[in-house]
Amino acid sequence: MFLSEATPSGFFFLAPWLVFLPVIGLLINIIFGGRFSEKVIGTVASLASGAAFVVSVLLAWSVAAGHGGAVSVPFAEWIHIGGLELDWTFRVDSLSTTMMLVVSGVGTLIHIYAIGYMHEDVRFKNDPGRFRRFFVFLNLFIAMMMILVSGDSYLMLFVGWEGVGLCSFLLIGFWYEMDTLARPSWANSNAAKKAFVTNRVGDFGFLIAGFIMFWAFGSFQFDEVFEAAHSVAPGVIVAITLFMLVGVAGKSAQIPLYVWLPDAMAGPTPVSALIHAATMVTAGVYLVTRSAELYMLVPQAQYIVAMTGAITALFAATIAVGQYDIKKVLAYSTISQLGFMVAAVGMGAFVAGMFHLVTHAFFKALLFLSAGSVILGLERGHHHAAHGHHDDHGKGKKGKRKEEHHEEEHHEVFDPGDMRNMGGLRKTMPVTFWLYMIGTLALAGIFPFAGFWSKDEILLDASLHYPTVYVLLSIAAFFTAFYMGRQIWMVFFGEARHEAAAHAEESKPIITVPLMVLAALSLLGGALNLPFEGFHNLGHWLEYTLHEVEALPLDLKVAGISTVLALTAILISWLIYGRNPLKAGQIDPLKRPLGFLFTGMENKWFVDEGYFAVIINPFKKLSQFLADVVDWRFWHDFVHDTIIAGTYNWFSNIALNVYADQKGIDAFANWLGDATQSLSGAMRKVQNGFVRSYALSVLLGVVLIVGYLILK
Amino acid sequence: MVPVEYYIILSAILFTIGVTGVLIRRNALIIFMSIELMLNAANLAIVAFSSALKSFSGQIFVFFVIAVAAAEVAVGLALIVEIFKSKHSIDVDQMSSLKG
Repeated sequence: MFLSEATPSGFFFLAPWLVFLPVIGLLINIIFGGRFSEKVIGTVASLASGAAFVVSVLLAWSVAAGHGGAVSVPFAEWIHIGGLELDWTFRVDSLSTTMMLVVSGVGTLIHIYAIGYMHEDVRFKNDPGRFRRFFVFLNLFIAMMMILVSGDSYLMLFVGWEGVGLCSFLLIGFWYEMDTLARPSWANSNAAKKAFVTNRVGDFGFLIAGFIMFWAFGSFQFDEVFEAAHSVAPGVIVAITLFMLVGVAGKSAQIPLYVWLPDAMAGPTPVSALIHAATMVTAGVYLVTRSAELYMLVPQAQYIVAMTGAITALFAATIAVGQYDIKKVLAYSTISQLGFMVAAVGMGAFVAGMFHLVTHAFFKALLFLSAGSVILGLERGHHHAAHGHHDDHGKGKKGKRKEEHHEEEHHEVFDPGDMRNMGGLRKTMPVTFWLYMIGTLALAGIFPFAGFWSKDEILLDASLHYPTVYVLLSIAAFFTAFYMGRQIWMVFFGEARHEAAAHAEESKPIITVPLMVLAALSLLGGALNLPFEGFHNLGHWLEYTLHEVEALPLDLKVAGISTVLALTAILISWLIYGRNPLKAGQIDPLKRPLGFLFTGMENKWFVDEGYFAVIINPFKKLSQFLADVVDWRFWHDFVHDTIIAGTYNWFSNIALNVYADQKGIDAFANWLGDATQSLSGAMRKVQNGFVRSYALSVLLGVVLIVGYLILK
Repeated sequence: MVPVEYYIILSAILFTIGVTGVLIRRNALIIFMSIELMLNAANLAIVAFSSALKSFSGQIFVFFVIAVAAAEVAVGLALIVEIFKSKHSIDVDQMSSLKG
């Protein structure tokens, strides 16, 4: 690997603008946003993100024109201490431009969608002033993500890594003083804290990996690290890669640190789509791909990474089956799909992993945004229904009183994200329905949607190298198709189970048009890397950066098995949820036959409770002990009050007794005051107020001075 | 020509009369006149020396003194008028409100 020494032609000099265009956008909105209308704020933010997309396209074109050589664009000196030189340098190669295109492309679409979504959301939550803040955070996220993917060293990557974590925290807790149903509560801010703290555990692993790296290689720069990696003991590389895996597990929501991602759905839906599905959570996959040369050196670590991904994929897929919240299902699905990607990059199938990352960004963003459209539709329907009731109110006062009470109660508990409140939305929200179908088929891996090609490539790689991973992933793929089928039947088919669903209204074009673009990408995204000779476009593109890329042909057996599995799962889901649609208030038909298994899925296998029992509660007890016994009773009561304050009091009692204080210092001070007073009393008599006596003094003074001068 | 000593003696007598007037009289106007007398005693001494030493600087000096004395008269009389307005008297012994 070499960096082109000569000034590269092309648009590489634009690289810093990737970061600064979104920053300019957010600064404009911070400074002038108060006077802007919502449309202008949204347009500024979208243009900033769109401009970053244009820069990404130009950079990608420049890389392609330069035959894929990696180009470093030095930007700023950062830390220079002795021989240590840490700079902010942009690295433009085929891998980073792929990430840039995904981040800014999907990001821009989501910015546009968010103009429509947040317009309604801030009104449901009754605080339109927060519209601007949302777009400021969103632009900040794009800037941070660009720092992450464009850095040329692990250190710059870490800066972006922390930055996107911050944005994630800010956006999950966007409605920090309420829960997702706009009731006063700390649920959202707790979710934000959970995400931040869990990520901190992962970041700790990443930091340790960085420390070892610096200790072993003396550098954070990708190229220098990769070059030096060949000459150190494999144990060091194993340590680095495994600690890095902890960071990956935190950011990309893998076992055991995935628990924050479902809770992160507390954020507004565009955030769930952009940060917690399409871009930020794929940072871990990007990190492993970027460190491909390290992972390739240590198959043991690769195996652990692959198994982590595969187990996560299956585990999260089972939980998704038992969820009722439309976004929670997608959240667990995201964890599961991230498991697919991590498994892929763990197996060394970096192209397949990146391919799935790209297609997943398309269809999962599509699904989340469509889910947001469904939620908005239900909220509108609910508003409509509630409004209708009030119109009825005048007709029969006596009979309606009870019902209105009932209605108000309803108003409090109505959850527009609960699939049990939906049903039959196919008729009321046809556009959203078709978009959701495309996303579902892509996620389930049905030919010829994008997910089919990318998932199949992962499965094919697994079947060749890691049979266990292959089996786990295939079962996970089965569950994927099943829970997505369940969701479709529950949400869009059957009859409305709530009056809000019956009155649901379709969303406006500003919401649906970005979805259509994403739907087109989900449909055609597979063309990026078809498993036929001459169509491995993404493979060839990434080969510039990754060097060893296996281009596998289509294996009909693997593709056939996965398709059959997906179709079977959808058929089973139809038998359970589609043939006999759920009635209002009916329990899930799977609950009875599966018994405790379904209870487990419903309750996320009690992992959160387990973490509470094993880590959080003991930790709380320990902090209670430290605060109460060690800090308060020992440190405050004993050390401070008894020892320090007691000793001081003892000393002051000695020093301030009556002889030293009152008869010594006080007496002196009083004498000084008395003396001054009597002296001034004597002096005052001179000022007798007779002008002539003053004149006499002057004369005497003159006589004295003149006499002195004469007689001298 | 009159010897310079005579002028000096006259000047000293005039000055002493002025000092005595300032010290013993209580009427502000009289005190004021006494001060004028002292100034002019000094002027007389200066022009006498000027004439004896054949130097004009003394006479120029005296012009300045006369100008300053005129200004001083204006200020002093204004003060006396104001004092009379508030106290209905020009007895300097009554102007003792600042005594210690």
